[in-house]
Amino acid sequence: MKHRLQFTAKKLVRMALLLLGVSLTAFLLMDASPLDPLQTNIGQAALGSMSPEQIARLEDYWGVNAPAAERYLGWLGDALRGDFGVSLLYRRPVPEVIGQRLSNSFWLLLTAWVLSGGLGLGLGLLAGAFRGRGPDKMIRGCCLVVSSTPAFWLALLLLMVFSVWLKVLPVGLSVPAGAAADSVTLAQRLRHALLPGLTLSVAGAAGIALHTREKVVDVLDSDYVLFARARGEGHILRRHVLRNVALPAITLQFASISEIIGGSVLVEKVFSYPGLGQAAVSAGLGGDMPLLMGITVATAFLVFGGNLAADLLYGIVDPRIRRGAAAG
Amino acid sequence: MTPILSVDKLSITFTRYSRGLSREEMPSVRELSLTVEPGQVAAVVGESGAGKSLLAHGILHLLPRNAAMSGNILYDGMPLTADRARVLRGREIALIPQGVTYLDPMMRVGEQIRRGRGDEASRARCRAVLSRYGLAAEVEGRYPFELSGGMARRVLIACAVMDNPRLIIADEPTPGLDARSAARILSHFRELAEQGAGVLFITHDLELACTVAHKIVVFRSGQTVEEAASSAFQTGEGLTHPYSRALWRALPKNDFL
Ligand SMILES: Nc1ncnc2c1ncn2[C@@H]1O[C@H](COP(=O)(O)OP(=O)(O)OP(=O)(O)O)[C@@H](O)[C@H]1O
Ligand SMILES: [Mg+2]
Repeated sequence: MKHRLQFTAKKLVRMALLLLGVSLTAFLLMDASPLDPLQTNIGQAALGSMSPEQIARLEDYWGVNAPAAERYLGWLGDALRGDFGVSLLYRRPVPEVIGQRLSNSFWLLLTAWVLSGGLGLGLGLLAGAFRGRGPDKMIRGCCLVVSSTPAFWLALLLLMVFSVWLKVLPVGLSVPAGAAADSVTLAQRLRHALLPGLTLSVAGAAGIALHTREKVVDVLDSDYVLFARARGEGHILRRHVLRNVALPAITLQFASISEIIGGSVLVEKVFSYPGLGQAAVSAGLGGDMPLLMGITVATAFLVFGGNLAADLLYGIVDPRIRRGAAAG
Repeated sequence: MTPILSVDKLSITFTRYSRGLSREEMPSVRELSLTVEPGQVAAVVGESGAGKSLLAHGILHLLPRNAAMSGNILYDGMPLTADRARVLRGREIALIPQGVTYLDPMMRVGEQIRRGRGDEASRARCRAVLSRYGLAAEVEGRYPFELSGGMARRVLIACAVMDNPRLIIADEPTPGLDARSAARILSHFRELAEQGAGVLFITHDLELACTVAHKIVVFRSGQTVEEAASSAFQTGEGLTHPYSRALWRALPKNDFL
């Protein structure tokens, strides 16, 4: 019990440090950005026609003149009290913007996460079982090509094939353009989420498949598989390989959360999908400090939650941890 | 009587690709010959790295992928091809592997011994073999990491005798066991042999081999240097090769020579 508490306490301290580090990095990057928020958001022409007082007020609103340290500490103090500020671009509280965007992205991210994990694991097992032979070479070849292709380029390719040439799927957005919110059907939403989801899944699956394959090969070369063969056991894949690939598969699956979220930023941009990723891009380019910081913290939280879930699952799946904890 | 196992001029070679993609052939076992009769314990004695484990795995056609094997292996008078070996493994031929790494770390001991079979007969048999080697029934529910080195070794031996094999290939089965457990296991090998099985007992310990084996094959750098009845190693007479004479002189009881 003491051991579990210590473990949890350590994790929490690490999470706090991680969030601090991530928010500071995001802030510094944004501060170093050469984009002037006034010029990007209001435009050169509009600014030219404004009085100096108006401009001063706008500069105040976008926080251009305050020293960096003061702005960061101010944000940090507010955030610690639970106040994440108001988005400068959307003029609504940051948690509200994030909540709405996340609910758009949620199914996209979840589908991509589940599909990439399942597909990657399946292909990796298949390639490993056939190592050195045709199916292995084919799967490995495809995965290498896909994983060395940038996700946004893959997105453009799919867009070209399915939306421009075949015209079977929409070019972008999460709902049909101009449709009233309550008239949108689930089928329409799915159709719009299909291409971005597919892009993210394929990109994620390639890496998982390659890693899984290596693990499968290691297990097949292990002493215990040799002994299982020596005893005439059948179903080696199911009995020994799956069991021993389970732990690394869990690690890969939860580590891929960060890649899926990272990938979604560019993919949502390509498909004009109004999700969290797209909001992150707008916030970054538009100098919307509170929103960008909010998104950074929220995604870091998701990633951290994923790692924590992986650790907890480890405790259930791995007998060495499970039984060790029961004894101590 | 036809030997249960006869190995004739067995060679095992590893192919390695070294710098510049040049292929390098590394012979690890060279023209090795030996026979095991039914009812006989034949010991193979060799130092570490002599190729003893390779010999054991080679007989079962379970060599690593980069190894090539040549020579003749006869089982019960007929060639032991890869296909035939696949059928016989775990039925008539049993391997007792060298270490704990041969147990699946993620699977309970009982399930491994029973090979996943859950019927009552297998369960009873599993309990019987465990108790034969002084292991409590409770061990069935443990994972390999919860076993001591000696317990794991006894589990490996229990795996091999789950079904009544006609040929047992034991790869260094006794290190890590106390003298009593080791003696019990060796006497069990004699028992199995008396019931008609052939036992190929692989060890680096000549003294131990003398106590249990009918016949001893001395093996060095992948080659047979001497094949003699174990009585020859009692008296030292009839040993022709200098290496086996040196081994014999190194036996504790011959200290004074
Ligand atoms: N997969 C492999 N690739 C290359 N060489 C190998 C491989 N496996 C074994 N060898 C070589 O073959 C030789 C014999 O190995 P083997 O495991 O049979 O020794 P051993 O007699 O069983 O030794 P020990 O008493 O230490 O178990 C060694 O020199 C080893 O380097
Ligand atoms: Mg060995």
